[in-house]
Amino acid sequence: MVSTWHPWREIEALRRDIDRAFNHVSQSNGPSFRSAFLPGRASRQYPLVNLSEDRDHIYVEALAPGVDPASIDVAVVRNVLTISGEKRRLPEELKRESIHRSERAAGKFVRSIELPIEIDSDQVKAEYKHGLLMVTLPTAAAAKPKQINVSVA
Amino acid sequence: MAEKTVVMTETPEEHAVQPADTHTHERYVSPPVDIYEIDDGLMVMADVPGVTQERLEIRVDNHVLTIRGQVPESNIPGSAYREYELVSYFRQFELSDKVDESKITADLKHGVLTLSLPKAEEAKPRKIAVAVG
Repeated sequence: MVSTWHPWREIEALRRDIDRAFNHVSQSNGPSFRSAFLPGRASRQYPLVNLSEDRDHIYVEALAPGVDPASIDVAVVRNVLTISGEKRRLPEELKRESIHRSERAAGKFVRSIELPIEIDSDQVKAEYKHGLLMVTLPTAAAAKPKQINVSVA
Repeated sequence: MAEKTVVMTETPEEHAVQPADTHTHERYVSPPVDIYEIDDGLMVMADVPGVTQERLEIRVDNHVLTIRGQVPESNIPGSAYREYELVSYFRQFELSDKVDESKITADLKHGVLTLSLPKAEEAKPRKIAVAVG
């Protein structure tokens, strides 16, 4: 096989296609829709994530401020990472007329992310700090690249 | 009489987007906030994920409440796919006279800033007992 598979590049291409498909939506909703900080409203996925990788790990960082740490649930099944939790709403006893502004979305959320590489699900670590959820996923031994020595005859 | 005892208005947009006193290439976003009224005053909650306590600055100057937070550079290697970018936060609100500025308290937890703005004593409603004679 000559061609190499670039999973991230393909995800990126897919994302661009989806963005194009939803382009008219973002225009009709004005600049606020494009803000990276708008919490999960309408068709937005929540939480937003950044993915990065090194040789042995995939790192998923999710933007999830104000989530009750006890409610956060991180699960890995094969290569699918599922993050769920609940962002606290304003106190229920508040009267409608006492609310001056309500810009922070709240409620329960769940998001599944399909990773392009097999994960060693026993070794997954998650840390919630300053409103960011950092998940460290070691790649499975079978998915790691192997160095093959070339012997010169 | 106005329904709300404490009025809070945002300063004009151009003021909020660019802090006037700095020449920096840093970019800012204005964090989403919830503002609600309780018996003793106002509560302001702002989503500022990624900000640590020492890089969060809250000041009240001339009846203007300023929230400014800086996000440390990300040290995660090999970024592959990004949906968001952490940039600094900046937002200002104009406070009415009815807020007791000396008693404002702030709390940062899980990336959410909670500000408590107590009403000034004279703005608190008083119950007046009616004597039956």
